[in-house]
Amino acid sequence: MSGYDGVAFDDRMDTVEFRVAERAHIVVDSEVCRSCTTKDCVTACPANLFAPTSDGGILFNYEQCFECGTCYQVCNGEGALTWTYPDGGHGVVFRHG
Amino acid sequence: MTDVVVVGAGPAGSAAALMAARDGLDVVLLERGPFPGSKNAYGGVVYGRVLDDVLPGWWDEVPMQRWVTRRSTMVLTETQALTVDFRSADWGAPPYNGCTTFRADFDSWLAGKAVEAGAQLVTSTVATGLLREGDRIVGVRTDRPDGDLRAPLVIAADGVNSFLAKEAGLLPRTQAKHLTLGVKEVLSLPKEVIDERFGVRGEEGVDVEVLGCTRGIPGGGFVYTNRDSLSVGVVVSLEHLAAAKVRPEDLVADLKAHPAVAPWVEGAQLKEYAAHLIPEGGYDAMTPLSAPGMLVTGDAAGLCLAAGIWLEGVNFAMGSGLAAGRCARQVIETGDARGYRKDLESGFVLQDHKRLRRAPDLVLSERVQQRYPGLVADLVQGLFTVTNPESKPGALRLLRGAAKKNGVKLRHLVADGLAGGRTFR
Repeated sequence: MSGYDGVAFDDRMDTVEFRVAERAHIVVDSEVCRSCTTKDCVTACPANLFAPTSDGGILFNYEQCFECGTCYQVCNGEGALTWTYPDGGHGVVFRHG
Repeated sequence: MTDVVVVGAGPAGSAAALMAARDGLDVVLLERGPFPGSKNAYGGVVYGRVLDDVLPGWWDEVPMQRWVTRRSTMVLTETQALTVDFRSADWGAPPYNGCTTFRADFDSWLAGKAVEAGAQLVTSTVATGLLREGDRIVGVRTDRPDGDLRAPLVIAADGVNSFLAKEAGLLPRTQAKHLTLGVKEVLSLPKEVIDERFGVRGEEGVDVEVLGCTRGIPGGGFVYTNRDSLSVGVVVSLEHLAAAKVRPEDLVADLKAHPAVAPWVEGAQLKEYAAHLIPEGGYDAMTPLSAPGMLVTGDAAGLCLAAGIWLEGVNFAMGSGLAAGRCARQVIETGDARGYRKDLESGFVLQDHKRLRRAPDLVLSERVQQRYPGLVADLVQGLFTVTNPESKPGALRLLRGAAKKNGVKLRHLVADGLAGGRTFR
């Protein structure tokens, strides 16, 4: 996928260091997502980690997460997102934040 | 025996740990990242005046990128730009005003000061919950084996998402309407190129704040100079961003493509992309600052100041953290946390917030965001466009025309002018 400023999104995310934990710190209940009409997480997540699936659910990848909180703050589906911090020392490592 | 557990080694937590340790208390400073600052992202300027009394001569050792000696406020429409540009040589010499710096550097430096004062920094450790006895908080759980940490005082400096403040019932689980999302690109450019493009030399740097570059989504943009990179980004209302179904990085791309900004960033390489939430609700959105056994500080307490021309977070975090650390012994000994709020009320942290309480609503209002940028740009374009052989149109006619074209009634201008006067008096 290519952004219109010429930087492919994958290349954009490759500039960021992630120390990926084994445990997924965010868990999405796709059942709840199926009844969601807005799916605001899909566009708002700055790391673009939420993808709508053909059956109306949400596919989520926790590995390149900024841990910003945008997804649960905009989520309107009760219980759709279980959000915790990654285990200590894991997750995003900003060098120029 | 631990006296104080400080959760989060950002500017609030490290400032709190520094003061509590100097007061002779046994302090543990927890950080969930591998080093302080690794989870943090911000626009780019730290104002260090708050450190003068605490760390005299801090400017000789702070790991800064550039001293801000030039400050521009820019209003954009798709094709126009109006810039108010101020520079002062005073800001390029001690005691300075603000500096650009990266949080990995700055937060690590400040945490080091807390450690020098005697605090024990424990990194790569998440505070996963509160320990309670009755209605008192008596410590935190961590994700370390046997990781319960008991202490008579917890200082929650765990940032905008503060799960400790939420667990204590001080902060609602979600509050999108009081949050903005900041997204930032750090773009590499040789130092000489930055010096030339921004008209600065040596350690001088530039802070550019931008209004009108966010497709009508309430917010703004920024460009800051680092030594050999630029920080370019936008900060937008989370609620409105979500509703607009716009991807945040596309807003940054818009800003970088604007004719007034594109020449600055031409040829620059993306070095790092980052995002972070910001609590911008201001005074009227603030939640309680303490619970029995716990003080809340920095972003966790919503103490970030976003008041249009003033966008300050790190100094407010440090200011509130210093107050929490100063009050720690008294809170432990008396069980009474009112001194912390009094301390904040007697200084800039709550005084500035209270004085500017109307600013967030005004600055993010529909007219300021969507109509006034076009109005002022059209007005100035009218003033400077030479209309020969027609005679000059006159300023009042131009103002009427610009207001009409941008859907602003003159009574709105008067009302907002008065509101602005009240807000920033």
